[in-house]
Amino acid sequence: MDESTVELIKSSLGPLTEGMIKGTLPLTAISFVLGLALALVVALMRLSPFWPVSAIARAFVSVIRGTPLLVQLFIIFYGLPSLGATIDPYPSACIAFTLNVGGYAAEIIRAAILSVPRGQWEAASTVGMDYPTTMRRIVLPQASRVAVPPLSNTLISLVKDTSLASTILVSETMRKAAELAAPTFEFFTLYMVAAVYYWVVCLVLSFAQTRLETRLDRYVAS
Amino acid sequence: MTDLLEVAGLHKSFGANHVLRGIDLTVPAGSVTVLVGPSGSGKTTVLRSLNALEIADQGTVRIGDVSVDFGTKPDRRALRTLRAQSGMVFQSHNLFPHLSVLRNVMEGPLVVQKRPAAEVRAEALTLLERVGLADKAEQYPYQLSGGQQQRVGIARALAIKPRLMLFDEPTSALDPELVGEVLAVMKDLAAEGWTMVVVTHEMRFARRVADQVLFMDGGVVVEHGTPAQVLDQPEQERTQRFLHRLNDPI
Repeated sequence: MDESTVELIKSSLGPLTEGMIKGTLPLTAISFVLGLALALVVALMRLSPFWPVSAIARAFVSVIRGTPLLVQLFIIFYGLPSLGATIDPYPSACIAFTLNVGGYAAEIIRAAILSVPRGQWEAASTVGMDYPTTMRRIVLPQASRVAVPPLSNTLISLVKDTSLASTILVSETMRKAAELAAPTFEFFTLYMVAAVYYWVVCLVLSFAQTRLETRLDRYVAS
Repeated sequence: MTDLLEVAGLHKSFGANHVLRGIDLTVPAGSVTVLVGPSGSGKTTVLRSLNALEIADQGTVRIGDVSVDFGTKPDRRALRTLRAQSGMVFQSHNLFPHLSVLRNVMEGPLVVQKRPAAEVRAEALTLLERVGLADKAEQYPYQLSGGQQQRVGIARALAIKPRLMLFDEPTSALDPELVGEVLAVMKDLAAEGWTMVVVTHEMRFARRVADQVLFMDGGVVVEHGTPAQVLDQPEQERTQRFLHRLNDPI
């Protein structure tokens, strides 16, 4: 590696870190938290015995999973203004990623809820619990154990998917790398540095996932 | 003695399968009723109808002063009120695996009945002592043997202070050497005056503890009476055949 490349890498660390801390990470965190809340609502709707409610949820999941994330992002940022709704880049990205997480995680949560044995519902009802209480106290805590590994995948995918926000001018890690690369033509070096940034974040998340799984497994025979 | 439980004209179908064909049953307060019969006879469905885990198509269930007429499509609140009258012990304990033994017992009184935590905790510990498991309070269900799990199940059911205790084959899933400890707890409850309805294949338990035995087959009560009448001198041919198979299976 020649000296100028080393210099370039050094000078890129600041802006890329800024892109990570101000762009990628908060975008991921906000979208994941809101997306999970949305997913729980969609999952419960999907499980509703009242068919119009479950049909709405099913349609939502189908649209989200059946269209590219980039298209969803473009519709919100570039498409909505023509309908009179102009949204800034950052909120646009938040909305798109929240909807996307909502669609994918809804199916994970639904499957996890269904994995809790019927006997648990019955036992809860014999001690007097109604549906919301059973869900909150008995079913969701057990479902969370099942849901953590696939939800971790969703989160890790999301970290990387937020790089798509660079296409709608959100100054996150990928955008910063592109901005630095453009005048110097050092695409290889700068995109490699960006890749390492994403990788490190995902490593940390994988580690956290293992810790969380161990914690949730504490009441299960090994 | 007044009847605590009164069931009249209970019918239930699962699709085309008519599993209960008019069940009548009365259980005096403080007595033990045992339901026996071949598998598929409907005995578990009767038991599960008493706390609305199965919603019967027709018929009434009265426990104390709470009465539900299943023919009139009772609402959720009516069903919950009926459920609150009885405690249930399941064949496969159905303990909450993510909660400690103590929390399992406390969950109903604390979360549903919203009683003060200190009081509920003290009561739960007393109940665990009563089923011989005070030292397991902080363990999780998976750390217990099958017999211990079932005894926690009994304590959990008692904790909601029901008027009636229901047992759905409480020993059928247990290793033979663990059956005794569960039956002993049930015998103690009977001696303390609990009103109990028990579905079981344990004929010795029925003989020693039951006040009344009902033999069911094909969704009807074929014969009922004292254990001596039904188990030793059955009048109906179906009862005789069932008991013969049970006593001499090979």
